[in-house]
Amino acid sequence: MKLPKHRYGRKLNFQDNVYNFFTTITGLTIFNIEFFKQAFLPPYEIPEVKKHMDELGVKTFGIVSVTGFIIGLVLAMQSQPVLTKFGASDFLPGMVALSVVRELGPVMAALIFAGRVSSGIGAELGSMRVTEQIDAMEVTGVNPFKYLVVTRVIATTMILPILTIYMIVIAIFGGYLAILITESINFRYYIDSVILSIEFGDFVPGVAKTFVFGYIVGIVGAYKGYTTEGGTEGVGRASTTAVVLASLLILIFDMILVKITLWLWPTLG
Amino acid sequence: MIEIENLSKSFGQLVVLDNISLYVSEGENLVVFGRSGQGKSVLLKCIIGLLSPDNGNILVDGKNIVALNLKELNEVRKNIGFLFQSAALYDSMTVRENLAFPLKRNFPNLTDKEINDKVEYTLELVSLEYAIDKMPSELSGGMKKRVGLARSIITDPKLMLYDEPTTGLDPITTKEISELILNLQKKFNMTSVIVTHDLICAEIIADRAIFLKDAKIAYEGTIEELTKSNVPFLKNFFSHELIKA
Ligand SMILES: Nc1ncnc2c1ncn2[C@@H]1O[C@H](COP(=O)(O)OP(=O)(O)O)[C@@H](O)[C@H]1O
Ligand SMILES: [Mg+2]
Repeated sequence: MKLPKHRYGRKLNFQDNVYNFFTTITGLTIFNIEFFKQAFLPPYEIPEVKKHMDELGVKTFGIVSVTGFIIGLVLAMQSQPVLTKFGASDFLPGMVALSVVRELGPVMAALIFAGRVSSGIGAELGSMRVTEQIDAMEVTGVNPFKYLVVTRVIATTMILPILTIYMIVIAIFGGYLAILITESINFRYYIDSVILSIEFGDFVPGVAKTFVFGYIVGIVGAYKGYTTEGGTEGVGRASTTAVVLASLLILIFDMILVKITLWLWPTLG
Repeated sequence: MIEIENLSKSFGQLVVLDNISLYVSEGENLVVFGRSGQGKSVLLKCIIGLLSPDNGNILVDGKNIVALNLKELNEVRKNIGFLFQSAALYDSMTVRENLAFPLKRNFPNLTDKEINDKVEYTLELVSLEYAIDKMPSELSGGMKKRVGLARSIITDPKLMLYDEPTTGLDPITTKEISELILNLQKKFNMTSVIVTHDLICAEIIADRAIFLKDAKIAYEGTIEELTKSNVPFLKNFFSHELIKA
């Protein structure tokens, strides 16, 4: 795998930035191709994948719980007066559920995941790169791309959908508490309205796209980390640029995937 | 053991190695001198196939590193140990796991007990038995180098490549590590290439030395010949080294 190099320096002019933009796109594309070339060939390094999934789950569980809860709570609190004004307060549970399942849950979970995990992978692989740990692995006859990159990307791809489902559940629960503050609402009734309002066509595309988001988080973090140059300063750069790039790509792909979903299931619109 | 023929390597405009030829015989300790940025690390990385040269051949044990595919290259690498300038310990693993890693990877048939015994035995060689369950971040610079050394010899390589094994260490630790390297050579009849600009280390280890300068092998000889030389550049280099040491 031969990757193009970025230009670094204190003063980068406009051309340098344009050059770096295309370098990133080209580099990331090559990196993706390499991933698919290697992901399906043995050795599969399954213990490593499991280890990373465990770590990722532990690392993001807390923040995903809190964020999910707050999203549900705020969403319900803000929508309640409006819906009541139009005499549609019965729709509140359904509205919360639909927003969370279709869009807020997947995208928020992915963005938080990007903030926590892309930067983490970028920094981790980046420091392994600049302290020659990746080279050390290579001379031991271990394929570092497989051992470090492929395993992490598979782990992020698998774990984000699980986190998203968990976040959706917590958010729906948060919505219930928000309603409970102002009016007495039966939990059974709330859950029933939630379940009635969500259809297959809401849930599956919403969660399915988080596989793509999880993949983006992993591959971007790994690309930035694996190609780190320039010592400790480079590690910091890898970690921050990974978050920015991953978040941006998540939003862009969200747009594309929503469009595709609407095209496949026109009734959803 | 190593035959290098007309090796050249550049990065963009920067010519790092220019048409270098070098022979290292079996059991020999060759020291590579040179100021910072003169391509010493690049030379070692070419020998182990981490960097591919623009030109030339590198024969290790009769096999041309440059022409091998990855699988064949890894086969040759099993016989080569590499001590990195920064020791390059895996910082997410304990010392024990660091040492076990190359064993597990290259000899999947070993039992856990065999691996453990070998790890303990090798750590004893570098006198670090007591640090076996520490993380790399808990070790001092000299200890890291020793663990790195242990990790690179654990697979019983025939050829060892050392990238500045003593740089940044105090004179006593420098001596200890240098003697360790010498003992390894005697005990296991290893061939070694040692990159350094440390005269203490070189005087202990070297059978022969070369001096890299301006992408070429500028001088060659025993340590004594080089240090006693009347060439102004060498005089200057070694007088600075002596003051520093
Ligand atoms: N991967 C690389 N890409 C670009 N330039 C490099 C690379 N590795 C080394 N160089 C350059 O090659 C020269 C020699 O480096 P090196 O072999 O590390 O020097 P030293 O003799 O101090 O070990 C330096 O100028 C360094 O910047
Ligand atoms: Mg060097």
